Amino acid sequence: MNIPTSNVQSSAESGAKPRERKQRHVAEEIRGKIYVYFCVLLMIVTIFSIVYFIASRGLAPFVSQGVALKDMLLGLKWKPEGEPPLFGALPFLFGSFATSLFAAIIAAPLAFCASIYMTEIMPKFGKTVLQPAIELLAGIPSVVYGFVGLSVIVPFLRDTFPGQGVGVLAGALVLSIMILPTITTIATDSLRSLPNGLKEGSYALGATRWQTISRIILPTTLPSLLTGVVLGIARAFGEALAVQMVIGNAPHIPHSLFESATTLTSIITLEMGNTTSGSLHNNALWSLALILLMMTFLFVFVVRMLERRVKR
Amino acid sequence: MKKSMVLLLTFIVALTLAACGNKSNNSANGGSASPSESASPSESASASPSESSGGEKLSGSVLAVGSTALQPLAQAVADKFMAEEQYKGISVQVQPGGSGTGLSQVSDGQADIGNSDIFAEEKLDADKAKELVDHKVAVVAMAAVAHKDVGVDNLTKQQLVDIFTGKITNWKDVGGADQKIVIVNRPASSGTRATFEKFALGTKTEDLQGSIQEDSSGTVKKLVAETPGAIGYLALSYLDDKVVALKYDGVEPTADNVKTNQYPVWAYEHMYTKGEPNAVVKAYLDYVLSEGVQNGEVVDNGFVPVSEMKVERDAAGNVTNK
Amino acid sequence: MRAKTVDRIATGVIIAVAVLIMAVLAGLLGFLLVRGVRHIDFHFLTSFPQAIKEGGGIGPQLFNSLFLLVLTMIITIPLGLGAGIYMSEYAKPNRLTGFIRLVVEVLSSFPSIVVGLFGLLVIVNTFNLGYSLLSGALALTVFNLPMMVRLTEQSLRSVPREQKEAGLALGMSRWKTITSVMLPVALPSIVTGSILAAGRVFGEAAALLFTAGMSSPRLDFTDWNPLHPTSPLNPLRPAETLAVHIWKINSEGLAPDAPEIAAGASAVLVIMVLLFNLGARWFGRALYRKLTASK
Repeated sequence: MNIPTSNVQSSAESGAKPRERKQRHVAEEIRGKIYVYFCVLLMIVTIFSIVYFIASRGLAPFVSQGVALKDMLLGLKWKPEGEPPLFGALPFLFGSFATSLFAAIIAAPLAFCASIYMTEIMPKFGKTVLQPAIELLAGIPSVVYGFVGLSVIVPFLRDTFPGQGVGVLAGALVLSIMILPTITTIATDSLRSLPNGLKEGSYALGATRWQTISRIILPTTLPSLLTGVVLGIARAFGEALAVQMVIGNAPHIPHSLFESATTLTSIITLEMGNTTSGSLHNNALWSLALILLMMTFLFVFVVRMLERRVKR
Repeated sequence: MKKSMVLLLTFIVALTLAACGNKSNNSANGGSASPSESASPSESASASPSESSGGEKLSGSVLAVGSTALQPLAQAVADKFMAEEQYKGISVQVQPGGSGTGLSQVSDGQADIGNSDIFAEEKLDADKAKELVDHKVAVVAMAAVAHKDVGVDNLTKQQLVDIFTGKITNWKDVGGADQKIVIVNRPASSGTRATFEKFALGTKTEDLQGSIQEDSSGTVKKLVAETPGAIGYLALSYLDDKVVALKYDGVEPTADNVKTNQYPVWAYEHMYTKGEPNAVVKAYLDYVLSEGVQNGEVVDNGFVPVSEMKVERDAAGNVTNK
Repeated sequence: MRAKTVDRIATGVIIAVAVLIMAVLAGLLGFLLVRGVRHIDFHFLTSFPQAIKEGGGIGPQLFNSLFLLVLTMIITIPLGLGAGIYMSEYAKPNRLTGFIRLVVEVLSSFPSIVVGLFGLLVIVNTFNLGYSLLSGALALTVFNLPMMVRLTEQSLRSVPREQKEAGLALGMSRWKTITSVMLPVALPSIVTGSILAAGRVFGEAAALLFTAGMSSPRLDFTDWNPLHPTSPLNPLRPAETLAVHIWKINSEGLAPDAPEIAAGASAVLVIMVLLFNLGARWFGRALYRKLTASK
């Protein structure tokens, strides 16, 4: 409606002072461009400075303080105050991987079921009730999860299984609830974006719902489902406070799921405040943070690989 | 059209606000009493009071960072201090963050006071520790605590050592119930653990497989209270009927026994300054050490007043009678 | 026949899992609310916390959480909109754009503790901002910015092409078209998304431990001059948020009623998140109606 009139007007206007108008436009455009480029540049600067500053501390033990990288990655003993100090971080790496993988093993099947339920079985109820409910899970702060873990999950595990309740399983259970929304949301999105023809074809051939799900839907959406799982693991890997409250924090590789263990994040939160900046112990903790950072890059890389497969 | 104007205006306002946030920072730095001086406390705190040192009223700010154990006391004293009429112009901020953080921040000049559970010599390099001046403000005592059902209320030093080094793993070996011992320790870097190992065990211990480690007293207490067979150690202020405080070689962990060093598991709470404190910082430190605070807030928070200690102890652990 | 049985079993399992998830959520919320709600009253929400005595409240913490949220949004929204506009309108499909996309992705998946440590090292110590609300807001911006960028990009992309072309055909510059034609259309989904993102700020603790600090000065709620040290509005004072407060009283609380306060504060936090969730949906819908009706 408006378009033709204003078009006439504007052409009349432009006939009057075309140059001035153009200049104003160019100036406006340039200002806008400068602003958006500035924003993007700021992001790039942020990420480089994060990597640079953490690396500048985290590499110091290897470069100038005589700790071998191999000893840190493969060493089993963490005795930062010992004589000589030992910085074996393998138990922490083990703990981080064990808890986050375990959390994914618990959460992924649940998340897949929930998303199938929401898309294939009861789409309406799923969309109006279950999905908001799961999104709400994502909004609950991690300290609250830690609080619940310490007051519910740990006592429960202590009473039901041998051991003190704290440990890899307690951490994994808390984390699995935390990453459930991440995996579910991504899985649901990918199931919804599946072309309808594919499903209808399968049903038309007389396949049952489960046959359609297991033979058509799951295989075709597998890469996106895996993307969700990897993102979930990434979140679990970086989670600090909730895990620290329930895992027990003994710097050893545990013998069972119910024995106190440590993750990279929990050792950093435990010890960072007790060490003085510049000391070898402190720098070694920064090295652990650097490992966490590197893991983030690895996870993003894996997600990108998977996404590339989705596109193909 | 109008809507877009509103939108643009919102951006502009938002941006200017963000910019103002930065600007107010700069201008405040030039002024006197404002927390932005936490940014450069050592300069500002020394600058403003020097002019008024001859006058009656001090003004400036004090930033104390460090020990989580000392923070509640330091904060309580700070609140009382700032409420006093003659110190109205001074703002004191207390941040927890750990003894290590406190010591490095005071040593680097980011904080005026570094709160610490342990002597600076034990954490910092010798030349850095030498620049710091120690103000011992309180004494904290620690007691070994156990779960209620272990059936033991006294452990000898040797028994404690055997438990924390993993030689004794069942309570029945120390005269208690037939119950596996669960150790709830502190991380190796903890000042509390250093004190406990130095004065209760007399030896450094290794982190045992399967032991629990928590840095915070609240979590230690919760775990010891709930886990059957658990043993840990807590500052006296955390003791109540949820856990059993164990006697050490038959001596009860009480303030009176600490004062005479009969109960030896105690340590000073330190407030370090870099060099001699300036007038404002000194006013706060003097206030902490004043009679009213030592017998008031210090005792209320479960510490033992320094002035009532019958003995003195140096960084190496040598005890002398006062 | 067999296939049908399998189908029935599988359907049963899936429904059971859905019910289980609902049950876990209900149990979680029930646990938090039942334990916490009875401690919540006006006094609890408005009074100062007590270190060693009973009856402390969470007033300053609640205020700090909200204020930090506002500060973070003030920093995040302009930057996020700018970068989002770049991504959807100005970015050419080349290597550089791919790289920026990678940057956004990596930024959004950084562990919060790493960002907190970075904040401690750079914002708190090197920039000398100290433990302060501003440091906390800057650290939180690191998480929120990528979310905001993605949100803006997606919302702008979902604006119908005709609308954009109409703007350009009017002889408007590209920038003008974006800000005055496309953004208003995309606004409802941007607002909804940013409120949801804000809910996450509310619950963040790990990064704030190292940047905004773990204690607040004794705030004077009658002094609203942002330059005064005890004024609630001063962005350069340290501030303990609600999430950090829960963590602190769980770990170091000396007050005899510390468990009750932790339970009450957790319930408040969960209720706030609930409100944010519902509020975002409602607000987005209302805004959409308003903007489309007036068009």
